Amino acid sequence: MRRGKVFLGSLLLCAAKYKEVKAMSREAVVWVIVSGILNGGIYALAAMGLSMQYGVARVLNLSHGEFIMFAAWLTFTFFTGFQINPLLSIAIIAPGFLLIGFLIHRTLFTTLRKRAPSPAAFEANSLLVAFGLMFIVQNIALLIWRGMPRGYTWLTRGVEILGVSFSLSRLIALGVAVALAVVFYVFVTRSRVGKAIRAAAQDPATAGLMGININRVLPLCFGLGALLAGIAGVLVSMFSSLSTSMGMGYTVIALIVVALGGLGSIPGSFIGGFILGLIGSLVGQFQSSLIMVAFYALLMILLLARPRGLLGKA
Amino acid sequence: MDISKFTSKKFLLSAGFALAILIFLASFPIYSSNSEVGVLTTILMYVILTVSWVMFSGSTGYMSLAVAGFFGLGMYAAAFLYPRTGPLLPLPVVVIVGGLVSLVFGLIIGLVTLRLKGMYFAIFTFGFSVLLYYLFLFYELQIRGVRGLRLTSITNQTAYYIVVVVLVLTLLAAYLIRRSRFGLALQSIGENEDAAAHMGVNTTTMKVISFAISAFFIGATGAALAPKWQYVDFTVAFNMLYSFMPVLMAIFGGMRELYGPVIGAAIFAYAERALRLRFPYQYMLSFGIALILIIIYLPGA
Amino acid sequence: MPILEGKGVTKYFGGLAAVSKVDFHVDQGEIVGLIGPNGAGKTTLFNLISAALPLTSGEIKFKGQKLNGLKPHQICRMGIARTFQQTKVFPNMPVFQNALVGAFFGSQNRMTAGDASRVASEALEFVGLSAMSAAPARDLTLVNQKRVELARALATKPELLLLDELMAGLNPAEVSEAMELVKKIRDRGITIFIVEHVMKAIMGICERIMVLHHGEKIAEGTCNEIACDKKVIEIYLGEETRAGS
Repeated sequence: MRRGKVFLGSLLLCAAKYKEVKAMSREAVVWVIVSGILNGGIYALAAMGLSMQYGVARVLNLSHGEFIMFAAWLTFTFFTGFQINPLLSIAIIAPGFLLIGFLIHRTLFTTLRKRAPSPAAFEANSLLVAFGLMFIVQNIALLIWRGMPRGYTWLTRGVEILGVSFSLSRLIALGVAVALAVVFYVFVTRSRVGKAIRAAAQDPATAGLMGININRVLPLCFGLGALLAGIAGVLVSMFSSLSTSMGMGYTVIALIVVALGGLGSIPGSFIGGFILGLIGSLVGQFQSSLIMVAFYALLMILLLARPRGLLGKA
Repeated sequence: MDISKFTSKKFLLSAGFALAILIFLASFPIYSSNSEVGVLTTILMYVILTVSWVMFSGSTGYMSLAVAGFFGLGMYAAAFLYPRTGPLLPLPVVVIVGGLVSLVFGLIIGLVTLRLKGMYFAIFTFGFSVLLYYLFLFYELQIRGVRGLRLTSITNQTAYYIVVVVLVLTLLAAYLIRRSRFGLALQSIGENEDAAAHMGVNTTTMKVISFAISAFFIGATGAALAPKWQYVDFTVAFNMLYSFMPVLMAIFGGMRELYGPVIGAAIFAYAERALRLRFPYQYMLSFGIALILIIIYLPGA
Repeated sequence: MPILEGKGVTKYFGGLAAVSKVDFHVDQGEIVGLIGPNGAGKTTLFNLISAALPLTSGEIKFKGQKLNGLKPHQICRMGIARTFQQTKVFPNMPVFQNALVGAFFGSQNRMTAGDASRVASEALEFVGLSAMSAAPARDLTLVNQKRVELARALATKPELLLLDELMAGLNPAEVSEAMELVKKIRDRGITIFIVEHVMKAIMGICERIMVLHHGEKIAEGTCNEIACDKKVIEIYLGEETRAGS
């Protein structure tokens, strides 16, 4: 993972030398950095959530992005229908998604885990269940919000930073994203609960012996992942236009960040998210539709560069 | 290469059955309406996708979500080689080229990801389909400036027969592989990859080849259907539905025997056709639920 | 004449040395035992030989050829076969098919279907499983599953066979049977390197024994020498040796 981060970081530096990048105006640079950090924070939140779900509950949740999308649309409805401030929506959506995630795991994935003949079979099956979940959430969203306008306006009053105007909502989203990402990161790596979670991730059996209730921890972690997705969704709705098909893009990005940072590694997802956010916003300056391509190419390169001894690693 | 023993009676029975089906398929357009032919074409398309998916994922256990990507690539290949302005190549060649394009991509993806754990493969193939969506979005909106490509159209009948041919070839390939030492190797990989490698199976090569072959048939199908639908753009081509349906059909129909995916595909394809127009989102919803229920409650998925 | 030799074989997992600077050799036609307490690194050493894991440093040579950097299937084709501590049969495949995989893919040359069939049948007969050829491997008892693994490994026509805890979970009668089988295998000209906890088996069939502890080789010699070796006795004091002694 360290090698990957060094690689990505140096990639950024190389990009910085590239002639067109050098020719970027100061405004463009500010824009890239600010929106890079904003997107990075979102990616970090999403990726850490996915990492939680895979690292602990061993579920590769392909429907993760759909939760982000759903939360974004919920915020839209809360705001346009009930005049609820998006920040307040976080307070509603976060615990709500935590509960939903907990329940989903408790019902679907726990059953799978009990019936699976082997860990590998469980991972394959839960992958497919998550795939099915993706279609379910996506179509529920389509049923509810089909044909709705693609966003809402809230606090779009401009704020100047270093000569570039940003909407206040965008800046608030950035602040909240970074703050929450940091909080979560610290929580997982430093706190007692976080350590218990990571113990459960490493070795569920032993953790069980140590008094950690696996049947609570796994759904809880899955729920935490959903919570993070929910928060990410609320924040996304503050500065981005909405569509019911935006989920998959976020899923793929989260997957790429998680794969790059190390499957199941929270620190990896944290840093990887920000790095990818910056790279994305840099690429977006020149060709916004190629952002996804760039991420994918990055993944490809890194997977090629990994030593063959990857087999057997989580 | 044929190593398993079977009584000649059972073989003749199966062969006779297969022949009967073939005759039925070949003669179907003669006594059916045009729209019925269209429906059967779609059903057969899903059968091919499902069988191709099972060819690889069923035996090796690596979940490929790249079907949509390969299908779309085949469609685009046809869009470029069989445009409205006039076909550049005869249709059968176009279908083969569509298959080959997907095969090449299958080789590339396989070589990159099949050396690694199954999870990376799933991630990569999922991302592949989404990636192609964005790639062709970029191509169409930024480079071409116009969205969508139009193709020379073909009659329902022509499309039907081409699909039948691809289907027969796919089933033949699946059957031959299953009976061969190659199929034995793939099965051993799915049962226990470590042990298989230690018994001399070159697991990476086997996986990559199998993946590429299944990609070929998926791509060929896309190329065959594109002229019938007459219009291709990135939303039509790279629709996650095509990754989802084969999985649902295979798991429902069973992945062990050859007829399992065929039955599963037939049932769900028919249901899809029947429900799509009237309840577009509800049916997808129920399919998603169906998949989950099947995985959880049906043993040996 | 050593068919297998290792010099300075070392494997680190992170900061932990699972195997540390181990030199070893196995001569053609020998049955060599590898013992040591749990976690001593025995299975890791086997994994290094069969290329399931890459070496951190050192080298392993088979018939004079370096094995570094090769993949497991290549090692198998060169003539090294193995069984696994946790039986890794192909559960849903019939017993015959299990052996067939070994027959088809394990040998140096390309086998015809007929040849492979023959080799597989022969291997199954050798271990006494002919009657169960058609049963799916998962339906067999543990003993018989181990036989399947053995037959499968033998079908690859190895010159060197690595047996990883073959006797684990077997009752005393089964252990004796297994011991006889191992001797029969050696009598066919196959060199055997065996990891074991069951002392009776090791003492009964091995000509030479190596002892690993915390990843290091601490003793090597004949059965008597090892049985009397102070260091070896110490590390086993308090360790219950498995049933069968």
